[in-house]
Amino acid sequence: MSAFAPWSIEQAEVVVNKCASRTGPVLLTLQALQCEFGYVHPDAVPLVARTLNVSRAEVHGVLTYYHDLRTSPAPAHAVRICVAEACQSVGSGAVVQRAEGELGVSMGERSVDAIDLESVYCLGDCALGPAALVDGQLLGRLSPPQIAAVIASLRSESA
Amino acid sequence: MITVYVPGDSAARSVGADTVAAHLVAGAAARGHDVRLVRNGSRGMLWLEPFVEVDVNGTRFGYGPVSSDDVDSLLDAGILEGAHHPLAHGNVDQIEWLARQQRVTFARVGVIDPLSLADYEAHGGLAGLRHALTMADDDVVAEVLASGLRGRGGAGFPAGIKWRTVLEAQSDQKYVCCNADEGDSGTFADRMLMEGDPFTLLEGMTIAGLAVGATQGYVYLRSEYPDAITRLNEAIDIARANGWLGNDVLGSGRVFDIEVREGAGSYVCGEETAMLESLEGRRGMVRPKPPVPALQGLFGKPTVINNVLTLASVPMVLADGAAAYQALGTGRSRGTQVFQLAGNIARGGIVETAFGVSLSELVNDFGAGTRSGRSVRAVQVGGPLGAYLRADSLDVAMDYEALADVGAMLGHGGIVVFDDTVDMAQQARFAMEFCAVESCGKCTPCRIGSRRGVEVIDRVIAGVDREANLMLLDDLCTLMTDGSLCAMGGLTPLPVRSALRQWPEDFGGNP
Repeated sequence: MSAFAPWSIEQAEVVVNKCASRTGPVLLTLQALQCEFGYVHPDAVPLVARTLNVSRAEVHGVLTYYHDLRTSPAPAHAVRICVAEACQSVGSGAVVQRAEGELGVSMGERSVDAIDLESVYCLGDCALGPAALVDGQLLGRLSPPQIAAVIASLRSESA
Repeated sequence: MITVYVPGDSAARSVGADTVAAHLVAGAAARGHDVRLVRNGSRGMLWLEPFVEVDVNGTRFGYGPVSSDDVDSLLDAGILEGAHHPLAHGNVDQIEWLARQQRVTFARVGVIDPLSLADYEAHGGLAGLRHALTMADDDVVAEVLASGLRGRGGAGFPAGIKWRTVLEAQSDQKYVCCNADEGDSGTFADRMLMEGDPFTLLEGMTIAGLAVGATQGYVYLRSEYPDAITRLNEAIDIARANGWLGNDVLGSGRVFDIEVREGAGSYVCGEETAMLESLEGRRGMVRPKPPVPALQGLFGKPTVINNVLTLASVPMVLADGAAAYQALGTGRSRGTQVFQLAGNIARGGIVETAFGVSLSELVNDFGAGTRSGRSVRAVQVGGPLGAYLRADSLDVAMDYEALADVGAMLGHGGIVVFDDTVDMAQQARFAMEFCAVESCGKCTPCRIGSRRGVEVIDRVIAGVDREANLMLLDDLCTLMTDGSLCAMGGLTPLPVRSALRQWPEDFGGNP
């Protein structure tokens, strides 16, 4: 996931200007910035506000409302495990527990080797749970040993 | 040239369909066979995924679940000639699980190449739009009204009435918004349709747009569905390039275009007014109604908002006529419903059938009970805001009214099965916790009530002042039901109360 550009205000201006003519642009502009840099740098807030002619409060409000948007650099890898009902019914709890043990963190935290462990409510794989989205790839029928193997392969990728 | 189908559906991909496809192509080439690989949608028999199909002289033979390790033995057995193998299921059209269904909205999903316009038209695609273009706008709306089609997102509001309101509203600009923020756990039909037959949704939206006088459509699609986003955008490009989206829809001189807007991980944005706020780029907070979106919707303009399945049913209504659609179903629930069997179920997937099928038939016959092999204890119908039903009360007919009569709701048609290891007090707690995490925060009963709900349930479970806390919980549930702005806070008490009422023993009471 090091495909992101390093933060630069000049490059951010280009991204924001591209979005400025779209209808209802604030959210999609922040999404475009995150797509480019992996996160929305706090310095982008006044830039977005100025360019789109809205208040900084408005931009801050949107930025902090949505689960997807983050204000600090992206992790090396993201493991998002579904914790909604359908996956619960087939043992997502045990998968979460194993992942927490392997990474040494709780849900919602980042491991020392920069792997984020996040919960997500439904990935639409509800007949083939437990499911997880690992670096954007959907995985189904997960077991605790499988999530451990997935995490091990992420680590060998980074190493 | 032999055509082989390996689903490109993300559920199939989640269990290895990509590797299976690659091995099949390589293995066939190594054996000197010339195969054409099609990444179709899924047939909806998800327990058989990855489900490989081989077209032998027009008959499709199915094999599954196939792992990449099975590919060599399948090829050696001669599956390219439709040969037998332990994983074989024979002629796919004759598989009883599929043959017993009435696929209307899902007629093409899994059958065609999702991005082939030729396939789409060969299987009846664009017939609805072409027919609609020969009719007066009034008549198109009347046809949808006569079909009895109701909103498949959960509320079940008649689509035709919504369309009529927008048609009759006076405005320089109108919109069609497709709600594809399918956040309910246990539902995946919107995703499968968008991945497996995206043109159907675009056709339905175009019919809606032209009928009510809108020129722009938006699909609000959740970010948790990256494959659906990609597929739908590809389909839009193809539709534009082929002249049925844009400035001259199928040569009619009329304008309609569609844009996909990606969500950002907020469940409540599936509520229609929160979705509008999000589409306008703001925090996804619920708007009070009235005004209804049909009169003041997106950017304050008259807006048709329908769910994916509602809009995807429209082409069939226009192609085959309202009477054909109206002939299916029961009572005031007309047409078919796409049920989704999920959770701890042996044969999970898509069952599209006329309204009125019983829950027991879906869970026990189609679903064949639990995946774990243990007995069914609870079934949640209609997503995280839907009621739990006991295993001995599954005889209820699946239609809007019959479910309402037993204190449940159909929602988006998701059915989540739990075996006898489930702790219903924890499920009730989860309902409140989920509401607390996902509440937009606009109204107090939902924002604060859900947090207090978690705390009160914790005290009940811990046996602290049990009777008083149960009374408090009941009072809180009443307040949330009556005082919340939208279904998020208003329906969260439904799963909580259904669990309390039917499984008191899990809350430390007497069964």
